[in-house]
Amino acid sequence: MSDELIGIIASILLQASPLIIAVCGETLTERVGVVNLSLDGSMLLSAMTGFIAAYKTGNLAFGFLMAAAVGAFFALIVALASIRLRQSQVAVGFVLTLLGDDLSAFLGQNFTRLPGPTVQKLAIPGLADIPILGPILFQQNLIVYFAILLTFATWWWLFKSRPGLRLRSVGERPEAAFARGVDVNRVRYLYTLIGGGLVGVAGAAYSLGVKIGWSEGHTRGLGWIALAIVIFGGWSPIRGALGAILFGATKALATVLQRTFPEVSVVAFNALPWLLMILVLLVVSSDITDRLIALSPRPMQRPLRRLLKVSPPKALGTELVEG
Amino acid sequence: MRIPPQLERIWPSMPVIGALLFTSVLLLLFGASPLESYAAMWEGAFGTQAKLLSVIAFWIPLVFSSAGLLLTFKAGLWNIGIEGQIILGSIGASWVALNVDAPSYLLIPLAILASMIAGALWAALTGLLKTRGGVHEIFGGLALNNLAIILTNFLISGPWQPPEGGTFRGTQPFQDGVLLPRFADSRFSPLSLVLLVVAYGLVVLALRNTFWGLKLKALGQNARSAFLLGVSSNREAVIAMMFCGALAGLGGGVRVLSWFDSLRQSISGGIGYLSLLVVMLAQFRLLWVPLIALFFSVVLNGSITLQLRTQLHSSLGGILTGITVLFMLLFGDAKRLGFNTLSEEDDDE
Repeated sequence: MSDELIGIIASILLQASPLIIAVCGETLTERVGVVNLSLDGSMLLSAMTGFIAAYKTGNLAFGFLMAAAVGAFFALIVALASIRLRQSQVAVGFVLTLLGDDLSAFLGQNFTRLPGPTVQKLAIPGLADIPILGPILFQQNLIVYFAILLTFATWWWLFKSRPGLRLRSVGERPEAAFARGVDVNRVRYLYTLIGGGLVGVAGAAYSLGVKIGWSEGHTRGLGWIALAIVIFGGWSPIRGALGAILFGATKALATVLQRTFPEVSVVAFNALPWLLMILVLLVVSSDITDRLIALSPRPMQRPLRRLLKVSPPKALGTELVEG
Repeated sequence: MRIPPQLERIWPSMPVIGALLFTSVLLLLFGASPLESYAAMWEGAFGTQAKLLSVIAFWIPLVFSSAGLLLTFKAGLWNIGIEGQIILGSIGASWVALNVDAPSYLLIPLAILASMIAGALWAALTGLLKTRGGVHEIFGGLALNNLAIILTNFLISGPWQPPEGGTFRGTQPFQDGVLLPRFADSRFSPLSLVLLVVAYGLVVLALRNTFWGLKLKALGQNARSAFLLGVSSNREAVIAMMFCGALAGLGGGVRVLSWFDSLRQSISGGIGYLSLLVVMLAQFRLLWVPLIALFFSVVLNGSITLQLRTQLHSSLGGILTGITVLFMLLFGDAKRLGFNTLSEEDDDE
C-alpha cells in the first residue's frame, strides 16, 4: 500500500473523529428518548469556547472542559424544556441551533484566525511500527484514540451493561420502565447531559485538533451531519462511527476526484455531502428499500434488512405521562 | 406560589425584557454601553425615512414566509426547508429576469409567478421525501437548503456570471423592466406590500374559514385520526408544503426584484430561519405574526447600523431575537413553571 494512500486513510480517520464523538453523544441522548436538535449550534459555541479557553490559559484540558460544559448546558436547556416544561424538543433545539451560531459569532469576534494550542500526535510505542496499521491507527492524534475508545465504550455500555439496559428501556418503553421502579426522568436528564457534554467535546476537537482555530461559522453544517449520521447509524455507536468514517471517506474521495477532473465544477463536489445525506436517509427509512429487499432471495432478506434498515427508539421525542 | 396580578399582566412581555437584559450583559462584556447601543439600533431602524423604508422592505419577505409557515405548522410540519424555498424563489425570478424579453406589465407578473412555482416545487421535494421516502422534513429540508445555496453559487459563478467574468458576488443587474417599482429610491416596493396584504388575507381566510384549513388542523393534531376521518395525510402534507413554498418563493422573488436588483450570494439573508422564530414567538396567532416580524426587522436592521458604528458583530440582532423566543418557550407560560396564576384560579371557581 502506498504511503500516500495510508496518509489519506489516516487523515479520513482524523477528520471523522469529532463527528464520531458527537454521534456517540447524540446516540446516548436519543436512546433515552430525547432529541437534542441543537447540535449544530452547540458545536459551534463549544468550538469557540474551547478555543478561547485553551488560547487564554494555554491549557488544552481546560479548553475541552469548558467546551463540554457549554454542550452540557445546551443539553440541560433541552432536557428542562421537554421534561419539566413539556415544551416541544424540536422547537427548543432549533432555537438553540440558531442561538449557538449567533452567540459564537458574537462572543468569538475578537478571536478569529489566531494560532492557538493544538492537540498533538502521539505514537503508541510498539504498535506504531506495525506496517500499514501502525500509521493509520497508532500514530494518530489523541482525539482519534479518544473517538475510537469512546465508540466501543458507548456500545458496551448501551448493549452489554445493566445500566445500559435500563437506559434503553427508558427510550423504548418509559411506562414499563417507570412501573419497574426506574426514575425515568432522572435517567433522561443524566444521559441528555452526558450526550451534550460529548457534543461539546466534539466542538473543541474541531477547534483544537482537526480544523484548528476559530472563525465565524467554523463548524457550520457539521452538527446537522452528525444528527443525520445518528439516524443512519441506527442509534448504534459502532454503526454511527462507520457512518462518520464513510462520510469522511466520501469527502476525501471528492477532493481527489476534484484534483483529477479540474474541469468539473467545484459545485458538484460541494453538493456531495448533502446529496449523500438525503440518499442515506432515504435508504434507511423508505418503504422502497423494503420492497427491494423483498425481491431478493429469501435467505438474504434478514441480513439485508439488518444492514439497510433502521428503526428509532420507540419513545423518541415523547414524554412520560406518570401514573 | 402565585404571581402578583400586576406582574402577571406584564408577563407576556417578559421574554423581550429578559432578552434585552441578556444582550445588555453581552454589550457590557465588550465594553459597550447598552443604552447607547440600543439608541444606535433605534436610529438604524427609524433614524431616516430611508432607514424606515428599509425596515419595511426587509419585513415584507419575512411576512411572506411566515404566512407560509402558518400553513405547514398547522399541518404539524417543521418546514426548516423554507430557507431553500426562498432561495429557489429568487432563482426562479432571476431566470425570468435574465432570459425573457417582454414589456414590464408582462415581465413582472411572469417573474413573480416563476418565483412562486420554483419555491413550491422545491418545497414539494421536501414533502415527497417525507411522505414517499420517510425522510423527516427537518433533514430533507436542511439538505435542500444547502443544495439551494450551492446552486446559487453555481449560477452566479457559472451560467449566469456577468459578462466581465464571474466574481461569486452576483449576477449583472437585471433589466429595468423586471424590477418592481420602488418608492422614493428606496428598496421598498408598494406593489410587494399589496401582494403581501392579499396573500396574508388569503392565508388567514384559508385557515379560519375553509374545510382545507380544518383538514390541516386535523392533520397537525393527530395524523392517525385525520387518516381515519378520510383526510389523506400524505397528500395534504405535500400540498401544505407547496403553498408554503410558493409564499416563501414569492418573498424570494421580492428580494431579487426590489431589495436587490440581481441574484446575490446570500440572497435570503436568513429570512427563512427568522420566519420560523416569528411564527414560534407568535404562537401561531395570526394577527401577531406581522407585528413580531416587524419587531424582528427593526432589530436586525438596527444591528447592522450598530455594527457600522461600533464594530460590534451584527449577530447581536440574531441573539436578541433568538433569546426572546427561547425565553418565551421556557418562561412564557407561568403555569408550566409551577406558579399559580389568576386565570387558573378562575378556572377552579
